Amino acid sequence: MTDTLTVGDVVAEAAFPLTRDSLVRYAGASGDFNPIHYRDDVAASVGLPGVLAHGMLTMGLAVQPVSDWLGDPGRIVDYQVRFTRPVVVDPQTGAEILVVAKVGKIDEEAGQARIDLTVSAADQTVLGKAQVVVSL
Amino acid sequence: MPINPDIQGRTLEPTAPYLVGREKIREFARAVFATNPINLDVAAAQAAGYADVVAPPTFPIVIQQLTLDQLLAEPDAGIDFSRVVHGDERFSYSRPIVAGDELTGRLTVTSVKSLGGNSMITAGTIVTDASGAHVVTAISTLVVRAED
Repeated sequence: MTDTLTVGDVVAEAAFPLTRDSLVRYAGASGDFNPIHYRDDVAASVGLPGVLAHGMLTMGLAVQPVSDWLGDPGRIVDYQVRFTRPVVVDPQTGAEILVVAKVGKIDEEAGQARIDLTVSAADQTVLGKAQVVVSL
Repeated sequence: MPINPDIQGRTLEPTAPYLVGREKIREFARAVFATNPINLDVAAAQAAGYADVVAPPTFPIVIQQLTLDQLLAEPDAGIDFSRVVHGDERFSYSRPIVAGDELTGRLTVTSVKSLGGNSMITAGTIVTDASGAHVVTAISTLVVRAED
């Protein structure tokens, strides 16, 4: 697979519409019940611009296009992100997260590639250094 | 109250074994918008060589969360939960998590730093299976914001 990939290739793209329902579902699945992810009054009381998506929800969905591209999610050997900007989820209109996955580096000897994710919401990047190392 | 710098280097007790259920993996997979059949369908997972459905890449947070809860509860750590912001996260896998795994997490505080009133604490959780083999290491940096 390394011989068919070139640095800069876009290997996957996807859009994820988030609603408050998505946040409640993630809270239950992950066990993270911090109320800033579902209560406007609590979010406001700690000075946030609104209810925020869990950072780990954004991290969790952003890797899915890579998982689908690979076919086997078990070929992901390392995944890291920095949480650089919160995603505000409007009670009525929600939010949309866009993911573009590009080849950042190819290590032919190790049979691995680094896939760099650009993850944005409302035209602003929300994750930094979002990198997935995959076994090819 | 600032974070106690003496917790740097501390290793907590291992968590009680966590049995990874098939429906828990499916629930988590749906919550992170996973559509890969290997995450959801036993036959598809087995066709790919796995014993059962495979957890999505960020599932280790479920085990790591248990260890972070332990850390926040350390009486002398001085971490004010209401001021904690997640700074970064990294998972390094030896293998994916599969339904039926019995996992234990053990957290070590690798660094405590102060920066302009904020504190940054980095902690690594090593997740092992019932045989003691390494499954994944989860590393988080938590930023504890300064008092207003």
